[in-house]
Amino acid sequence: MAEQLPPVDDDAPHAPGPRTGPVDAISVRDVTRDYRRPRASVRRPSPPVHALRGVSFAVPQGQRFGIVGESGCGKSTLLRILAGLDQPTSGSVAIDGRDITGLRERQLRFVRERLQLVFQDPMSALDPRMRVGDIVAEPLVAQGHQNRKERVTELLEAVGLRADAADRYPHQFSGGQRQRISIARALAPRPKIIVADEPVSALDVSVRAQVLNLIADLVDELSLTLVFVSHDLSVVRHVCDRVAVMHGGQIVESGSTEQVYEEPQHSYTRKLIAAVPTLGKALSGVSAADLNREYRP
Amino acid sequence: MTPAPDTAPATGPASGQGSPDDVLSVRNLDVTVGGRTLVEDVDFTIRAGERVGLIGESGSGKSLTALSVMGLLPEGLRATGSVRLAGVGHDLVGADEARMSRVRGKEIAMVFQEPMTALNPTMKVGRQIAEVLLIHRTRPDRASASAAAVELLAQVGLPDPATAADAYPHQFSGGQRQRVVLAIALANDPALLVCDEPTTALDVTVQARVLDLIVRGVQDRRSAMLFITHDLAVVATACERVMVMYGGRVVESGPVQEVFTRPRHRYTRGLIGASDLTAVDDRGRLATIPGSVPPAGRFPAGCVFRNRCAHATEACATRPDWVPTGPDSGYACFHPVAESGARGTAVPTNQEAGRG
Repeated sequence: MAEQLPPVDDDAPHAPGPRTGPVDAISVRDVTRDYRRPRASVRRPSPPVHALRGVSFAVPQGQRFGIVGESGCGKSTLLRILAGLDQPTSGSVAIDGRDITGLRERQLRFVRERLQLVFQDPMSALDPRMRVGDIVAEPLVAQGHQNRKERVTELLEAVGLRADAADRYPHQFSGGQRQRISIARALAPRPKIIVADEPVSALDVSVRAQVLNLIADLVDELSLTLVFVSHDLSVVRHVCDRVAVMHGGQIVESGSTEQVYEEPQHSYTRKLIAAVPTLGKALSGVSAADLNREYRP
Repeated sequence: MTPAPDTAPATGPASGQGSPDDVLSVRNLDVTVGGRTLVEDVDFTIRAGERVGLIGESGSGKSLTALSVMGLLPEGLRATGSVRLAGVGHDLVGADEARMSRVRGKEIAMVFQEPMTALNPTMKVGRQIAEVLLIHRTRPDRASASAAAVELLAQVGLPDPATAADAYPHQFSGGQRQRVVLAIALANDPALLVCDEPTTALDVTVQARVLDLIVRGVQDRRSAMLFITHDLAVVATACERVMVMYGGRVVESGPVQEVFTRPRHRYTRGLIGASDLTAVDDRGRLATIPGSVPPAGRFPAGCVFRNRCAHATEACATRPDWVPTGPDSGYACFHPVAESGARGTAVPTNQEAGRG
């Protein structure tokens, strides 16, 4: 814990605007990320892929922020950058007011403590050869935490698993239980920000409700900031206060979830909302053909 | 082939006499492995042009039911009972591979969740579609089969179908690949289309597209459809009738409107509650079903849902009888949701209804 961190400077170019008060948990400014595909021709390099094209947003402390978009919209690239796993081509990202762009791995330690990730597929996110107790304790080992065993027990109980789960392996658990293990691991270093990438998309209906409730409980109890990424606007609507809709590497619309859901402004948002099947819509006679049309108010 | 070992008179739901319109008749279907029963006494009929959904969570036996219909059960699993298909002279249960391969791709076609694994990566998609026409001799020669393949690609809405026919599967996106799979499935105008989670891996807008194509495809051909998914909203959108499976049994069935607005089985009601993201309690939490789905074959005796059911009593230790409520509807529960009191479980049709 002896690492020297860059001092927090509220006057840094990152502080968003003139506002005072607590610093935003996450602040993203004009971030772009270009990839280059492997060369397909000897004569010319392949054209760059603009995965992110000028993305800006801020997530205040304690907010539940949703990012909605479909495959290829850039949301996974954005998450990787938020977590310090990738660097933007241009623009800047600050976590708790500290710029994380251009930092080296050693200097990103504070990000690993403040921000933790929960992934979609809990089976591929958990090492099948490690016992659950070791999986959950791993972030604690990295941080030289004392009394790991007690902390693991505490974490497993917090996510609704029995303490003896620590001695078992991931394959002995169901999908929902595995996602609880992922959440316990994410909470281990006492992060203030949780970034969840499609955390319930692979789960059955009844399990999905349980995991969504667990996430909501933990966010409340631990006063976490939540970034929740999903392709499913109705899940985001339930979980989040604000939402950003991504399409083609850009945020095409953002606002409070109610507002975006009730009065979508961008044609892509309207299409997305129209395409989500719900029981309510289906029972009032909305057919598959109707879902395939753009929403018109 | 020998007739199915179990031809005892059907006792389960929808076991009326066959009508000429019946396409698929499943009677007393059991699937067992070792000493464990994975699917028990499944009994239903699908008529021409009817779209029937089969919903349930992982481990409920819905995919095994579909695989038994298609004769594709994994090694070691054994189906008993009877599965009859209109136009096929033999029982599909126990039929050998030679017979089944004449039925599959012709009378029965299927669309699975993963289009990439369903397609041959080394073969152009036009040839893959033409293949199913040539194997079943529904087109006389290669040239007319190729022309039909292009026509089928046009029907599933692929832009520039002639070019698409000349491309390999990896050149398509996930949604486009699923459309190619659908084109293959519909090539021989099957009497029955079985879809197992066909849109689960797709983005919402692509899902809407593919669902639309599936429904139109079976409507145009007046095919029967068995549509398997865990997504209640998808089933309500694409199907007219629904069967709810849990623990290897059909616990409730009926018209979509009926089952989803006035569920009788406690499990159905729990499932609807848990999937409704607009109804929350005063703490903002969703309704849940306590506990988790037991591993296959480890469901409690008697009512399979009783260890997760708040209304379970000692009576539930014996197996509840099927209570028919109509020709294709009924439930198996000792403590069903009261018909009048069920109104509160109806999905709110306020903000979400009437959109699109």
